[in-house]
Amino acid sequence: MKKIMIDPITRLEGHGKIAIFLNDDGGVANTYFQVPELRGFEKFSEGRPAEDMPQITQRICGVCPEAHHMASTKALDALFHVEPTSTAKKLRELLYSAFYVTDHTTHFYILAAPDFVMGPDAPPAERNILGVIAKVGLELGGAVIKTRHDNHWVIQTIGGRPIHPCFGLPGGVSKAINEEERAKIEEIAKSSVEFGKLSLKVFDDVVLKNKEYLDMVLSDTFTHRTYYMGLVDENNKVNFYDGKVRVVDPEGKEFCKYAPRDYLEHLAEHVEPWTYLKFPYLKKVGWKGFVDGKDSGVYRCTPQSRLNAADGMTTPLAQEEYEKMYSTLGGKPAHYTLATHWARLIELLYAAERMVELVQDPEITSPDIRTIPTATPDEGIGIVEAPRGTLTHHYITDERGIIKKCNLIVGTTNNHAAISMSIKKAAVDLIKPGKEITEGLLNRIEMAWRPYDLCLACATHSLPGQSPLEVTIYDVQGNELKKLSQGIS
Amino acid sequence: MAKLKIALYWAASCGGCDIATLAIGDKILKLAEAADIVFWPIGLDFKYADVEKMPDKSIDACLFNGAIRTSENEHIAKLLRAKSKIMIAYGSCSYEGCIPGLSNFYNRQLTFERVYIETPTTDNPGKIFPQTKVKVPEGELELPEFYDTVKTLAQTVDVDYFVPGCPPEEKTTWLALEALITGKLPPKGTVISHAVKAVCDECPRKRGEKKIKKFYRPYEIIPDPEKCLLEQGLLCYGIATRGGCGALCPQANMPCTGCYGPVEGVIDQGAHFLSALSSIIDSNDPEEIQRIIDDIPDPAGTFYRYSLPDSLLRRARIK
Repeated sequence: MKKIMIDPITRLEGHGKIAIFLNDDGGVANTYFQVPELRGFEKFSEGRPAEDMPQITQRICGVCPEAHHMASTKALDALFHVEPTSTAKKLRELLYSAFYVTDHTTHFYILAAPDFVMGPDAPPAERNILGVIAKVGLELGGAVIKTRHDNHWVIQTIGGRPIHPCFGLPGGVSKAINEEERAKIEEIAKSSVEFGKLSLKVFDDVVLKNKEYLDMVLSDTFTHRTYYMGLVDENNKVNFYDGKVRVVDPEGKEFCKYAPRDYLEHLAEHVEPWTYLKFPYLKKVGWKGFVDGKDSGVYRCTPQSRLNAADGMTTPLAQEEYEKMYSTLGGKPAHYTLATHWARLIELLYAAERMVELVQDPEITSPDIRTIPTATPDEGIGIVEAPRGTLTHHYITDERGIIKKCNLIVGTTNNHAAISMSIKKAAVDLIKPGKEITEGLLNRIEMAWRPYDLCLACATHSLPGQSPLEVTIYDVQGNELKKLSQGIS
Repeated sequence: MAKLKIALYWAASCGGCDIATLAIGDKILKLAEAADIVFWPIGLDFKYADVEKMPDKSIDACLFNGAIRTSENEHIAKLLRAKSKIMIAYGSCSYEGCIPGLSNFYNRQLTFERVYIETPTTDNPGKIFPQTKVKVPEGELELPEFYDTVKTLAQTVDVDYFVPGCPPEEKTTWLALEALITGKLPPKGTVISHAVKAVCDECPRKRGEKKIKKFYRPYEIIPDPEKCLLEQGLLCYGIATRGGCGALCPQANMPCTGCYGPVEGVIDQGAHFLSALSSIIDSNDPEEIQRIIDDIPDPAGTFYRYSLPDSLLRRARIK
């Protein structure tokens, strides 16, 4: 049996590799997506003061530190039994919405757009953000950079620092904003709405009007029928900052809806010896291996999953786009992994519209930003919707608020099983006996995991957004038969 | 003049340093004029194999972020050291171990037990741990070894310069890049920052006489917005931390947590903070001093929040 190693691909916060085993006839026997890294936060958090956890746990990811900071701060509210002031909650959600705008902007333009704007089989040297800007126009490139830059300013203004913010405390936030800052944020929020609209127009022009791409999006190679998860408000509308976790089955029916404190009833994690990352699944369905369908506990939390799990958006422009997407894709839920890119842009528009709502709230500049906790801390669970999936932080402390136990279920980890399945399906469909393995084929395998794996792009916003990928094919004796690389001159 | 060849790499890190490298804004164009990036796994398609093929010392400078936690991290650090004329430990993880270095209070076995067995969501009846070599039905799979101890870059290879911060601020990053571009390099071993003195020197808060009767935790009080946080009983680490960040956290009403590392000339940041602290406690009564100190939860994890692997302690002894 031949073994193909794709090593390294660049994963969020580090490294990843894919092993593809081929049958003697050249077809795919199996694939393994391996994460060769562990950070150990669940252990070394023990002994730390609970109030430091927002700043400690955000070092899990410097690409989406705001998500960890926020889930952790909400876990502290629960731990200390304290209700944040109304203004504090709004400031947190305002920062979080600005973060979503920057994050989704980077991912779409650096990661996803090159495949669609340049084409999956375009030369790798052109299939990057510079190619996109050259083709779509410098004006759009400038808008991408400006949107990111402006919203990072918003994050620093509210959160204290541009990367790894410091403002979260149980019961509130450390810093208020003044009218001058508010006015500038409002201007940025409004221009982010325009940017969101523009981005959806780009998607419409480039992808939806191109039959070949639309067929690819709708093809079975990039389709899985799984459960879908996302945070919703009291009306089952999408919310990133607060609410309940709703799960729908592959038919779109509500399977469960739970408050953060009940997550242990619903989630469990499977361990495999060949990767450092665990595989979460729905406990009440059970772990049935790397398979989809109603009998398998595999679920997904991506932008597409969140829209599948909700009944709509609370803001008008995003709701209009939501309806348009489902009517194009043939109804809810949509199982097309590549349509995740579309859903991401709808979320970007929602986040920008939500920024406008929050920054125009008369309470937003109130100095009433802290409730001092008085109860004895014991146990707290906090959940936010991170861009890469529902993020759960769970702490147990002693009566002084020192962490005794910590459990974390992190954004991308939720999708670990589904990522593995998507890679396998693409490899099985694309690598066929007697068919030459080309660079374009490698990129199509990449396109199977790209919709999930988004941190990669954050750091590449002015550089080619394509992961390094090299495939080496060995015979059973380990002799190299063929080496294929993309982007290596 | 030939363009510089620069490599960037992340080992055990969060990705924040890579974001910080790109946060230099339009200066990125100046960098692009002066330098070619020859290796950057997060952004460019050059492979380990490509680096192996490069002649020794053919890379002008390598900005290495992340600590050394696995056999893969160590291998790549050694490879890049051999290929690079200048090795820069960029960011707190590679410079001093940073927050993930708190792992040195524990070890691999304890970490694995927590992550793969004990956590309440984990379903692992066979008590399986990830293995460096695993037989699967189709063949064999490999993983790098996870070490007991987090090490800094300088504990692994020879390092020429250090860039502090978690992550380094934009102006700090540019200071390092500008030195490379202009060739005006400081003496070997320099910690590159605008400041050699403490964060307090750049903090706008008003300082008076520091006399502390009681320490508070940040959630317990709403501090006066004008006055020094340490004087109000908050454990602000600015007094023992190198400046250069512009005192961002104190300006957001939060104590400095020490991410820029020790001030010039100090080896052990935690010991420095402890000695500074002992001089400001307002008591001569040993029992009262003890009571005041007891208000500090987790002193080791707080004083060595970013620097445990690089400190004189390095790690806890596990029985």
